[in-house]
Amino acid sequence: MLAKRIIPCLDVKDGTTVKGVNFVNFRDAGDPVELGRQYSEAGADELVFLDITATYEGRKTFVDVVRRIAAGISIPFTVGGGINELKDVETMLNAGADKVSVNSAALKNPQLISDIAQNFGSQVCVCAIDAKEGLPGDWTCYVAGGHIPTGRKLFEWAKEAQERGAGEILFTSMNHDGVKCGYANQALARLHDELSIPIIASGGAGKIEDFREAFAIGHADAALAASVFHFGEIKITELKDYLRKQNICVR
Amino acid sequence: MNIAIVKYNAGNIYSVVHALRRLGVEPVVTDDPAVLSSADKVIFPGVGEASTTMAYLQASGLDRLITSLKQPVLGICLGMQLMCRHSEEGDVGCLGIFPIDVKRFEPQPGLKIPHMGWNQIHALKSPLFAATAENEFVYFVHSYYVPLCDNTAAVSDYPGPFSAALHKDNFYATQFHPEKSGGIGEAILRQFIAL
Repeated sequence: MLAKRIIPCLDVKDGTTVKGVNFVNFRDAGDPVELGRQYSEAGADELVFLDITATYEGRKTFVDVVRRIAAGISIPFTVGGGINELKDVETMLNAGADKVSVNSAALKNPQLISDIAQNFGSQVCVCAIDAKEGLPGDWTCYVAGGHIPTGRKLFEWAKEAQERGAGEILFTSMNHDGVKCGYANQALARLHDELSIPIIASGGAGKIEDFREAFAIGHADAALAASVFHFGEIKITELKDYLRKQNICVR
Repeated sequence: MNIAIVKYNAGNIYSVVHALRRLGVEPVVTDDPAVLSSADKVIFPGVGEASTTMAYLQASGLDRLITSLKQPVLGICLGMQLMCRHSEEGDVGCLGIFPIDVKRFEPQPGLKIPHMGWNQIHALKSPLFAATAENEFVYFVHSYYVPLCDNTAAVSDYPGPFSAALHKDNFYATQFHPEKSGGIGEAILRQFIAL
């Protein structure tokens, strides 16, 4: 049976991890390469590394980080942040990334998704969407790290991304992100109903039950979280034991 | 141990290189027929589209070379599909090592395509799985599949059973990515290296 995936997300700035991480026996909490290895050994099914560096020099550092991550882990990993054109995708894949996630650049230029799918295959292209719910059920997409609203709506943009060849949707609810009260399960369930590609839930994980609900109610294929893993509030092995007992298939 | 990885117009060669290095083997990535023919083992990886990749293999003569190899060969993902007779992806004739045709997953309600993520393998029968228990999870990413056949060496289900691995003579192949399948995948690669 296809397992539900648990995906820790790491923000990397100028080559170091931004959020502190509370692993036991951890030598360098700031080193994304070491962190990636720790998560991989702890049972993470996949990793997402987001480059939040603004400078050109910092970006070059990130490519080197990606190369070292690829050398150290034996699970798939996605790289996002600052992917604006095909050349960026090629750079990341050549450094050893398995997938890239595109967000703002794809909303500005949807053709980017088609180009990635045609040149590298759909499995490489994760379309990340940050959206905020206004009136119930009315979700607006935001760009620039959730700062700028666009005219696009979540469900129609997700569908367009799928039609253009995106292999997965990584949906972050801005209403839920950081609140730690669970994922946006209704919107996730609607994405599941309307799309035929895998959906990654993001934003809102606070306790292990939240993951169960993202899978059981939201029908998500994967759940992504950052701080609950980084600060050791939730251990991946314990989370998976719990999900298994709840009859949710995990690795 | 001299392991050669077939270099062609497909992605994800680097993850195979990294995985072998973690096992203490430094592979050669090459499209040189002499180097490939004389290697102890050959890995034929691949992420890409079948018909464009076949066109490339034919133009470069690698198609005839791969089918003529006598040492253990391991095809991975698209590599496995290209070792079959025909693929629905681009309706293209393939290498014909395994006498079976590659099909597309039929869209049906609730079935996500591509089949992406960790799934279990069972009915294991190949030296590749000498150190692998039944029903372990490995990582898949694919929209086309190889039906069950005489050469099926492992089975996975999505939703129906399909070939997760093939084996015939010196040719081995996995639909999943052992290089991305954690410790389970490393054990499978280690068995291939030890063949």
